[in-house]
Amino acid sequence: MAVLHSAPKWSSNEGVLDKLVAALAHRVAASKEEHGEIVITVTREHVEDALRILRDKHEYQQLVEIAGADYPNRPERFEVVYMLLSLTKNHRIIVKTTTDEVAPVPTVTTLWPVAGWLEREVFDLYGVVFAGNADLRRILTDYGFEGHPFRKDFPLTGYQELRYSNEEKRVVYEPVRLAQDLRQFDFTSPWEGADYVLPGDEKAGEGK
Amino acid sequence: MSGLILEESPTTGDEIITNYTINFGPQHPAAHGVLRMVTELDGEIVTRIDPHIGLLHRGTEKLIEYKTYLQALPYFDRLDYCSPLGMEHSYVLAVEKLLNLEVPERAKWLRTMFAEITRICNHMLNIGSHVMDVGAMTPNLWLFEIREDCLNFFERASGARMHSAWFRPGGVHQDVPQKLIDDISVWLDKRLPELFEDAMSLVCDNRIFKQRNVDIATVSKEDALAWGFSGPMIRGSGIAWDLRKSQPYDAYDQVDFEVPVGTRGDCYDRFMVRVEEVRQSARIIRQCIEKMPAGPVLSSDRKVAPPKRAEMKQDMESLIHHFKLYTEGFHVPAGEVYVATESPKGEFGVYLVSDGSNKPYRCKIRPTAFSHLQAMDFMTKGHMLPDITAILGAMDIVFGECDR
Repeated sequence: MAVLHSAPKWSSNEGVLDKLVAALAHRVAASKEEHGEIVITVTREHVEDALRILRDKHEYQQLVEIAGADYPNRPERFEVVYMLLSLTKNHRIIVKTTTDEVAPVPTVTTLWPVAGWLEREVFDLYGVVFAGNADLRRILTDYGFEGHPFRKDFPLTGYQELRYSNEEKRVVYEPVRLAQDLRQFDFTSPWEGADYVLPGDEKAGEGK
Repeated sequence: MSGLILEESPTTGDEIITNYTINFGPQHPAAHGVLRMVTELDGEIVTRIDPHIGLLHRGTEKLIEYKTYLQALPYFDRLDYCSPLGMEHSYVLAVEKLLNLEVPERAKWLRTMFAEITRICNHMLNIGSHVMDVGAMTPNLWLFEIREDCLNFFERASGARMHSAWFRPGGVHQDVPQKLIDDISVWLDKRLPELFEDAMSLVCDNRIFKQRNVDIATVSKEDALAWGFSGPMIRGSGIAWDLRKSQPYDAYDQVDFEVPVGTRGDCYDRFMVRVEEVRQSARIIRQCIEKMPAGPVLSSDRKVAPPKRAEMKQDMESLIHHFKLYTEGFHVPAGEVYVATESPKGEFGVYLVSDGSNKPYRCKIRPTAFSHLQAMDFMTKGHMLPDITAILGAMDIVFGECDR
């Protein structure tokens, strides 16, 4: 497909995926090239190993970002996504692995010190545990926060709210009380894939 | 003010004070936002710093998952509120990359031009406040004059001084009047160099300023790579890495500019890189004014970009398109992209996962400040307490972006 967009252009992806998959060998669980992005999924126990090979043998010097993502329908619901950047080859790849609520992912703080906070963030927001990270504290949420807010089953409005109480002269925590329910409108077209029954339309499918 | 432990010295009988722990922040004028740093001091020497962030965490990424692609855009203005258009830029490019959407030529130039005005705007705030953090008052006031001019340009282009929401997937929201471009042209020739060079003549060779910044928090090239530095921070350490140059987007491959680099990797270098970037940005804006073609500023793909209002009065199909775009929004093909642009503060990235619906499934924002601030501990180690403000000033951190 011809590239029409004007997003950042780095050096050619041609042949890179095959070369990296061959280099990582048995560590690769899946790989794809879509939308101009090279995505390599590696098995969880080999994360550190694989990233070390990519850093030392294939010039991906910088770990730019670690992102978490939650797919509750999968057997291993969380994805941990590592964005790597090569300054010498002017190239980017995405490496990811999967995990669940309990299985720890090996830390990469041994490779890049920047991973410390990035892993803390994924731990804080998703509850993914990183084995070997010496400082796995919460980072973005409040002191004493409970739960992992970016999980798909965590409500957008949360459970606790806080306000300054003039009577007690301090900030108090209270359960969330919404004056109005959180409104979620479904704007998808009823002709294309809405899977609910319109009011008054209950008998529509019966005649078939 | 905890951690004050008095101990008896076993030899002299004098009282000696062991390490002293103080809180820097959460409210401190030099923290540039809400940052709490638990600072352990040995006398006046910093031995350890533990930055506590997240005091401005608003859950932007989670909120975006509940909004359509277009509704998510204004959240980006509110991340780094000192350079809002730089944040929008990454996001619209990410959406366009997933859609593989072509952007009209004029829109590319307009976005490039306003991204550079944003860079000047951002650097004015950072340079000014950095100088003020180490004790100089006057340059900040002059630089704020320039910043005010930039904000006026944004207002004339988009209607909002700061939260523009002007970049849209497919181009920009509205074209700018020719008068605005003429005014920017005059401003580039007259007002900007006058004010800026005047202010810099007070600072750059100033003895006190150099004493506070030269050789403070030197970062080697290896450290800059390992700690995930980007933008002026990595260039200050001597690595000529600029995404505008190496991974050009929009019209950056058609403009000519230089990438300044530092030689020693200290606070002064990082400062001077920013100073030179302002001059280079002015150069880019000048080229944008000269080379910008006429034409449409928003994609003509009606499944993504709304029709003109005049068309809606005449044409049923346009009306339907408008209605669908502002209720359902547009659907983005399933997939994932990571798009990073050179925001004024460094590499600002968006990792966008789409499941094919009208809302992002996951939108991870890669802030610049996160990795820079993490390096605070090793950068400050062994420096004096007052150096913290200089180091923090040269990092250019904004908490709207760091905490998201």
